[in-house]
Amino acid sequence: MAILNGKKVVIIGDRDGIPGPAIEACVKTAGADVVYSSTECFV
Amino acid sequence: MNGYPVLKGASYTLAITPDMVIHNGTTQTTEMIVNPESEYLKELPNHLRSFEDAVSYIPNQVYIGNAKPADLAATEFPFYDKKWENASRDGKYGQIMPEDEFYGLIQICDVFELVMLEKSFAASVKEKLAAQNLLKEDQLAALDKNSENDDAKIASLVNDEHAEPLYFEHKLVGAVKRAHDVDVNLSAHVMLENLVTKASNVLSLIELVKKAGVNPDEVDYVIDCCEEACGDMNQRGGGNFAKAAAEIAGYTNATGSDVRGFCAGPAHAMLHAAALVKAGTFKNVVVTAGGCTAKLGMNGKDHVKKGLPILEDAIAGFSVLVSADDGVSPQIRTDIIGRHTIGTGSAPQNVIGSLVADPLERAGLLMTDIDKYSPEMQNPDITKPAGAGDVPEANYKMIAALAVKKGQIARTDIANFVKEHGMTGWAPTQGHIPSGVPYIGPLREEVLAGETKRAMIIGKGSLFLGRMTNLFDGVSFVVQANDGSAANGGEAGFDEAKVKAMIGQAMREFANGLLGSEE
Repeated sequence: MAILNGKKVVIIGDRDGIPGPAIEACVKTAGADVVYSSTECFV
Repeated sequence: MNGYPVLKGASYTLAITPDMVIHNGTTQTTEMIVNPESEYLKELPNHLRSFEDAVSYIPNQVYIGNAKPADLAATEFPFYDKKWENASRDGKYGQIMPEDEFYGLIQICDVFELVMLEKSFAASVKEKLAAQNLLKEDQLAALDKNSENDDAKIASLVNDEHAEPLYFEHKLVGAVKRAHDVDVNLSAHVMLENLVTKASNVLSLIELVKKAGVNPDEVDYVIDCCEEACGDMNQRGGGNFAKAAAEIAGYTNATGSDVRGFCAGPAHAMLHAAALVKAGTFKNVVVTAGGCTAKLGMNGKDHVKKGLPILEDAIAGFSVLVSADDGVSPQIRTDIIGRHTIGTGSAPQNVIGSLVADPLERAGLLMTDIDKYSPEMQNPDITKPAGAGDVPEANYKMIAALAVKKGQIARTDIANFVKEHGMTGWAPTQGHIPSGVPYIGPLREEVLAGETKRAMIIGKGSLFLGRMTNLFDGVSFVVQANDGSAANGGEAGFDEAKVKAMIGQAMREFANGLLGSEE
């Protein structure tokens, strides 16, 4: 978990995989600073 | 008998539009702006399929009903290098239309004289469309209006008057004019996009009449559920594609409206239709949609990079008739509905929980009680090479994982569950088109043949793409075999013989009571 602590994170989630907000919630608990988060749709 | 609304018929259509891939798909139009000299744009024309190749493509044959979903599942992956042996443009549920005929249909659907076709092209298209026996003489006559349109005039419309070009086999054959000088919502680009969705919708509505035997005069209401918006600068999404398309398709006694929900639109529209029929508001409601130009070639860069043909070369459409219970057709259980609510959140487990596990649990059903699930039925031939994975399979694995979590199946049964309760996706990546509804046609047949008893249709939508919310969305419903009791002509729960016996018994008791009181 420590690998994300204090790191700036850019998140690109997948609509049919793991969406941005879910990844965001996870990495925030690991101490990451989310600078960008979005979910993309490829279908 | 229970009086649930039924799936009375379904139609599915494709228009193969390789030139539109180049000129109207947003992946390509964006590339032309940001990187006009790119290798991708140079390579792209070499990867476009012929009409014949698109027709014999097995997923397309499944879509129009000439092959079954099980046939695709039995086909070795990938699919693009294989052909369906008895392929035909004419299908059990609809048809596959070539690009030139489709341009003719677009002009027939244009009631504001915005579409111009080069005269010899129009004449040839008229002949081909007439042979299809889809349209009336007066509709085909719209193509006669092109007698003054030579190459120079079409070129001038495109070069000097902001019209959008229409190409066939890389040659300029027509143009779509703007409908207003300054209104961006009536620009040539928007008018082309909207006329394409209208025309593909019309094609499906006509095929619903031809192939499913629907009487258009008996349809009360039509709901369009595509992802486009029509209106002018004062009401960008004013709408009613439904009524506009139904007018051309000859559904004279129907009114209608549009339902939107991104890819989840069709599933929402099916719920609207089922509720209108169950409430007795209307007897026959059609849910219908055309396709979109924007998504043509959406994953084309990956397909070209990997030496594949451009597989997203079709404008799709579908129509489904929802009717009052006939005692035969598969029923929509209006009381087993899954909903992704605002509070559900975006975690995949919560999404599938709200759409699959929760409604079944409320109805006292196990996840194994559903024979087949139809979530996002995107064709993996398209999505896997583009790195988006096998979308239906991902959905099935998540459903299976939830079944494990709930103790309904063993962890070791996940693969079997996916195989038994899942299907291989066959639908083109046209947004709303793959979202649960492609299975309604095959499902109806399977249920009538006694092969499938219960299925779940799941629609999911990416609301966040509109930048109004970060929310995801989805709804689902269960379809079941009809118990046949409506065929007796009764109302819900009504058994005429039983009621007669009850009345007779009550009258006898009443008479005995009278006799008793006289004694």
